[in-house]
Amino acid sequence: MQYEPVMGLEIHAQLNTNTKLFCGCSTEFGAEPNTQTCPVCLGLPGVLPVLNKEAVELAIQMGHAIDAEVNKTSIFARKNFFYPDLPKGYQITQYEEPIVGLGHIEIEVGGETKRIGITRIHMEEDAGKLIHGAGMEDASASFVDLNRACTPLIEIVSEPDIRTPEEASAYMKAVHDIVVYLGISDGNMEEGSFRCDANISVRPVGQKEFGTRTELKNINSFKFVKDAVRYEIERQIDEIEDGGTIVQETRLWDSAKGVTVSMRTKEEAHDYRYFPEPDLLPLVLEEATIERLKDELPELPAAKKARFIEEYSLPPYDAGVLTAERALADYYEETVALEKDAKAVSNWVMGELLRLLNEEGRKITDRPVTPESLAALVTMVKGGEISNKIGKEVFEEMYKSGKAAAEIVKARGLTQISDTGELEGIIDGILAANSDEVERFRGGETKLMGFFVGQAMKATKGQGNPKVLNQLLRDKLNG
Amino acid sequence: MTETIKELLHKLSSGALTSVELTSNYLDRIKEVEERVGAFITVTGEEAINSALVADANVNSPDDEPGPLGGIPVGVKDIFCTDGVRTTCASKILENFIPPYDSTVVTKLKEAGAVIVGKLNMDEFAMGSSSENSALADTRNPWDLERVPGGSSGGSAAAVAAGECVVSIGTDTGGSIRQPAACCGIVGLKPTYGRVSRFGMMAFASSLDQAGPFARTVEDAAIVLGAIAGHDEKDSTSLDEPVPDFTATLNDGVEGLRIGIPKEFFIEGIDPEVEAAVRAAIDLLKSKGAVVVDISLPHTHYSVSTYYIVATAEASSNLARYDGVKYGLRVDNGGGLMDMYRDTREAGFGAEVKRRIMLGTYVLSSGYYDAYYRKASQVRTLIKRDFAEAYKVCDVIITPTAPTPAFKIGEKTAEPLTMYLSDIFTLSSSLAGVPAISIPCGFTKENLPIGLQIIGHHLDEATVLRTAHTYEQATEWHTRVAEL
Repeated sequence: MQYEPVMGLEIHAQLNTNTKLFCGCSTEFGAEPNTQTCPVCLGLPGVLPVLNKEAVELAIQMGHAIDAEVNKTSIFARKNFFYPDLPKGYQITQYEEPIVGLGHIEIEVGGETKRIGITRIHMEEDAGKLIHGAGMEDASASFVDLNRACTPLIEIVSEPDIRTPEEASAYMKAVHDIVVYLGISDGNMEEGSFRCDANISVRPVGQKEFGTRTELKNINSFKFVKDAVRYEIERQIDEIEDGGTIVQETRLWDSAKGVTVSMRTKEEAHDYRYFPEPDLLPLVLEEATIERLKDELPELPAAKKARFIEEYSLPPYDAGVLTAERALADYYEETVALEKDAKAVSNWVMGELLRLLNEEGRKITDRPVTPESLAALVTMVKGGEISNKIGKEVFEEMYKSGKAAAEIVKARGLTQISDTGELEGIIDGILAANSDEVERFRGGETKLMGFFVGQAMKATKGQGNPKVLNQLLRDKLNG
Repeated sequence: MTETIKELLHKLSSGALTSVELTSNYLDRIKEVEERVGAFITVTGEEAINSALVADANVNSPDDEPGPLGGIPVGVKDIFCTDGVRTTCASKILENFIPPYDSTVVTKLKEAGAVIVGKLNMDEFAMGSSSENSALADTRNPWDLERVPGGSSGGSAAAVAAGECVVSIGTDTGGSIRQPAACCGIVGLKPTYGRVSRFGMMAFASSLDQAGPFARTVEDAAIVLGAIAGHDEKDSTSLDEPVPDFTATLNDGVEGLRIGIPKEFFIEGIDPEVEAAVRAAIDLLKSKGAVVVDISLPHTHYSVSTYYIVATAEASSNLARYDGVKYGLRVDNGGGLMDMYRDTREAGFGAEVKRRIMLGTYVLSSGYYDAYYRKASQVRTLIKRDFAEAYKVCDVIITPTAPTPAFKIGEKTAEPLTMYLSDIFTLSSSLAGVPAISIPCGFTKENLPIGLQIIGHHLDEATVLRTAHTYEQATEWHTRVAEL
C-alpha cells in the first residue's frame, strides 16, 4: 500500500528584544547562571508580569510577514504544569485568542512553489533550563538556570500542509529566513533561539481522514527536521504494515542515534488547565499600530529574490544566493548602484567575496571590502585596465588590507599591457624561440595556441591583455 | 489607644508626642495583650523604632513633609512582601521566607511616613473566614476571646480593635476585610478592584484580590486609602485613574442620596439582631435625607458557587510556585522530583488550602472547564451587570456585612461549607469588583459587634466613605472599645 505523510510544524522563535517578555531583565545569551533574573522571572511570591511592548510589535510584524490577520484583541493564558525550570508552575502563553490568525508562506522544493498555511502565531515566555551531572558541584543533582526564563517567544503553528521531509525542511528554512530577515529573531539554532516540534501522521493514499499523529519535540536544525521526519514516517509505515497501530504520543529525536524515542503517551500527557491570565489585561491593539507596522515591514526574501531576477536580470540561482541574507542583499545592491553590470558584480560577490568570507568564517556585515571598493574593481576589470586574473589577486589584497583597487594596482605595477607595439615585440621573441611549435601549429596543430598564450602571459607577468595577445598571436601565426 | 490619625498627627507635629514615644506605647500594648489576642505573626519592634526616629527627624526638619501617615504605627497583613522581613502568608511553606523586595502597598506606606509595627495573622493564603486556617498563630476576637476575629484578615482587624496599631492593611478577595471588620467592630474598606496595586501581595485569586485599610473611623480609613491607592506600573491590572482626596467629601452629608436595598440580601438564616441593626441604620440614614430604593441583584444566589470556582481556579495556579525548588519549605526524602513536590506541598499546605487547590484544579481540568470555569466566568459577567443596572437607580447599596456576628472558635472548622456562607453578603461585590465598606452599626445582646456594608459604584469610594462617615458621626458604636 502507498502511504501519504501529513505533517505540521510548530516553530518557536525567540524574539529579538533587549529585555524579557514580562520583566526588565536582559535576554543576552551566555551569562553566568541566574545572573539575569529578578523577582518577576524567578516567580517569587506576589510579583506580577508587565508585558514588553517591543515583543508585541515583533509578533505583529511576523503576522504581516505571513500575510495574516493581526487580532485587535488577544488574551494571555496560563498553561499549568510542574517542572523545575518553570518558576511559577505555569507558563504565560496565548491559547484561545492568539495575537495572529490565519496566514501562509510559500516554499520552494524541487523547483516547485508550494503554499503552506499557518494556523496561528501566539506569544509566550520561555522556561529556564536544567543543568545536570558532570562539571557541577554535585554530579547527581540537577541545577536550574533561570536566565532564559521569561524570554519572549513566538510560536508559529502551521497547517497540516507538509507532505515530505524536504518540504518540512524547506518550510523551517523559509520561516527562519523571514524571522532573521526582519530582525524578529536572531534565529540562532545552537543557542535555542529557533527550534521546532513536528506533528506527523501517515494515511493510505486517497484516504481523507488523518492518521493518528505523533509529535517530535525540540528539533533545532534544517537537517535534523528532514532526518527526524523521514525516520518517523518510515517508523509509522512499518508499524502499520506490521499490523500495529500508531499510539498518539510525544517522541524525542535523538540526532546521535538517528532515531525517535517515546517520551510520553497521550495517557501520560499533561492536562495544562489553560485559563485566561488574570494578571494581564487583554492585549488590545490600536488599528494605527497594526497599520504602521505593516507599512514599516521590509521586503521579504521571496519578494526580494523575484525583484533581483526582474530588476537586475540575474539568473534565479544568483538571485537566491544574494537574497538569502538581508545584509548580503543590501551589500549587493549598494555595489550595483555604483557599477551597473549586475551579473559581473554578482559573480564577484558570489565568487571571490563569499569564498573568502566562508574560508575565514566572517560575516558579510563585517564588510572587509566596501561596496565602493568592489564596484571600482569591477569597473577596472571591465574596462580592461587589469585582467580578470589580476583582478582576483587585487581583490584578495583589498580584502586583507582594506586598500582600494587602484592603489594596489598602481603600487604593484599591475596595469594590463594592451599596447600592441610592446606586446608585438614580446610575441616576436616567443615565436623565434619556439620555431618547432610554430611549424607544428602551422601544420594544423591549432591547440598549441594555448601554449603560445601561456608563454606570452608568462613573459608579461600576467599583465598582457589576453584579448590583444590572442589577436596578435593569431595574426602572426596565420599570417 | 483609641486616638485617630488626625489627633495623633496633630500631637506629633505640635511636639506634644514623638513618634518614638507613640510607637513605644503601641509596642508595649502589643506586649501587654498579644498573648491573649494573637494578632501578629511577626512584630518588627526594632525596625518600627528606627522608622519612628526617621519620622521624628522629618517632623523637625523644614525640608521634609511628614507624610499623611508620618510617624503613625501601622500593622500589615502578612501577605504583603516586606523587604528583609519574613513574610509567611500564615503558611508553613513560607514560614522562613524573607522577600528581597517591598510590595507596592508597603512602599507607599513607607513613603507616607508610616511606622510598620509588624506582620499580622490571617488564614493561610487568605483562604478562610475565621483566621483559624493560620498555620502560625491563633488570633482571637478582642470582644470575646472565645470567638474568632473573622477572616481572612483576622489579625489586621483584631490588632486595630485591640489597640495594637492605629490602623492596619488587609486584603479582601471575597470579604476578607469587611467580614473581620464587622466581627471586630471596626471599619474595613475593600476598594474598587485595581484601585490599589497588587504588586508584592501574595496572590490568592488574582482577579479578586484587593488591598484595603482597617481603622477605628471612616476618616482614618479614607486617609490610609489615599496613601496606598494609585496606578502602579508593576501591576498591569491596577487602574490608571486619578486618586481623589477621599477625606474632602466626608462631611457632605447624604441629602438626596439614593440607597438601594437589595431584596436578595435580607433572607432567611440572617441573625435577627443583625437584621434589626441594619434596618435601623438604614432608617437613620433616611432621617439624614437619604432616599431608600428597593432594588434587585437577581444573580446574587449564584455568587457563592461562582466565587468558589473562579477563586479556587486562580488559586490552584497561583500556588503552583510553592514547589520546594526555589524558596520556602523543601521536603526532600531523596525520592526524586515528584516525591519532593508531593512531600513539600503535603507538609507545607494546610487542609483548607489543599481543598481549594484540588477544587480549582478540578474546575480547570480538560472536560470540566466549560461546565465550571467558563460558566462561572459568564455568571460573573451577569453579576457585574446586576450592579451596573442597580446603580442606574441608586448611589450606594446597603446590606449586612455578614449574616451573623463573630462565631465561636472551632464552631465551623468541621464544616467548610457553613464557613463559606459567612461571606455570602460580601462575595457578589468582590465578583463585580466594586468598592464596599463595613462599619459598626450596633452590638448584639452578647456585646458582639454588628457590621453594616455599604457598596458603591465602580471607583466611587468617595460616596461610600461619605455615607459611612455620615452614619458614624450620628452614632457612637465606633467609640466603643473592647475590654481586654
